[in-house]
Amino acid sequence: MTTPSQTIGPFFGYALPADGLPDLVPAGTPGAVVLTGTVRDGAGAPVPDALLEVWQADAGGRFADAFEDLDRAQPAGFTGFGRCPTDPDGRFRFVTVKPGAVPGSDGVPQAPHLDLVVFARGLLKPVVTRVYFPAEAANTTDPVLAALGDRAAGLVAREDGRDLVFDVHLSGDDETVFFEL
Amino acid sequence: MTSSTSARPTGSADPPYLFPGYGSTVLRAPARPLVRLPLSRTELTSPVYGHSSVEAGEADLTTRHSGEPLGERIVVTGRVLDSDSRPVRNTLVEVWQANAAGRYPHAADQHPAPLDPNFTGAGRCLTDDEGRYRFVTVKPGAYPWGNHHNAWRPAHLHFSVFGPGLTSRLITQMYFPGDPLFAFDPIYQSIPDQAARDRLVSRLDLDVTTPQWALGYQWDIVLRGSRQTPWES
Ligand SMILES: [Fe+2]
Repeated sequence: MTTPSQTIGPFFGYALPADGLPDLVPAGTPGAVVLTGTVRDGAGAPVPDALLEVWQADAGGRFADAFEDLDRAQPAGFTGFGRCPTDPDGRFRFVTVKPGAVPGSDGVPQAPHLDLVVFARGLLKPVVTRVYFPAEAANTTDPVLAALGDRAAGLVAREDGRDLVFDVHLSGDDETVFFEL
Repeated sequence: MTSSTSARPTGSADPPYLFPGYGSTVLRAPARPLVRLPLSRTELTSPVYGHSSVEAGEADLTTRHSGEPLGERIVVTGRVLDSDSRPVRNTLVEVWQANAAGRYPHAADQHPAPLDPNFTGAGRCLTDDEGRYRFVTVKPGAYPWGNHHNAWRPAHLHFSVFGPGLTSRLITQMYFPGDPLFAFDPIYQSIPDQAARDRLVSRLDLDVTTPQWALGYQWDIVLRGSRQTPWES
């Protein structure tokens, strides 16, 4: 008897504050990476009114519910949550850190990843995907990637200089892998 | 974690991605089937966001400016529950809405209804120990949109709720009872099941209503995600 989802619509911008939230860690934090990309629709057009949210573990593989046990690996103020609206060109930009390994179901280790949730006008419910990191040996043994076969490559961000790029294709030939939770 | 789990066994209350009556879904709906994700801590934990920065005044949308907004003052309250009807405590609830004339203070809303200098229409609060949220606001107006000829949205508040995990993350809309626009609104109609549609409609509650001051509406939110069934590969 759950409450159904409805679209975020086009008018969330003034209400869901994004100031500072695209930066999960301050720029200049050791190990900080910029994750950027474009959200596109099924015709390849940029989606300028999407809201993206990131959920992830910290560099030590810990989630915010364990953050009372702070140590030097814990960037100040890190919550594991980021939020960024797309700009008029459909682009988003987060600053974060590569999370540590998180145990998967049945204890099988997972490669470092973050979960990415996309809301938008025209999406009656959000889409959920994962962003994996390039040149990561653990990707070859990650159980989620392994189950995706040749679609797995689409979940690995690509390097562009020092940044990571992950484009979201809501539909179309390059449709991103979206998960059912 | 124990075994692999999936939070949504059967009979989702949610609308489909593709609902052609809502034109914007056509190019934005994923066409391929979703891939079942065995849930790990990434999906079963919740971020800590906004808890330290939410101020009590943010729950009263009528006192954010120097004067009072125009419109019918209302109280909207209810509980955030998990699917076992347990309260979801200390979770962030965000709302946004049009003003009484049906206008958002957003650059993309250019329809010729007046802005209200005393109303922005955004609020936040944290649920209490009973999972309860409470906002004071004004009843939003219906507003036109470009989906089809004479498309008007029923009056609604947008709600964003976090809950205990990624599986419980919800953005939705709360409606008002008896709105004659329900029959013509593809966003409301996109929910297949009438009983599920009804769960988005608040009810007038004279116990919440404050005499000589504000009508009261009650609306509970039930998040999914606590009951999980074994996931089989
Ligand atoms: Fe709206």
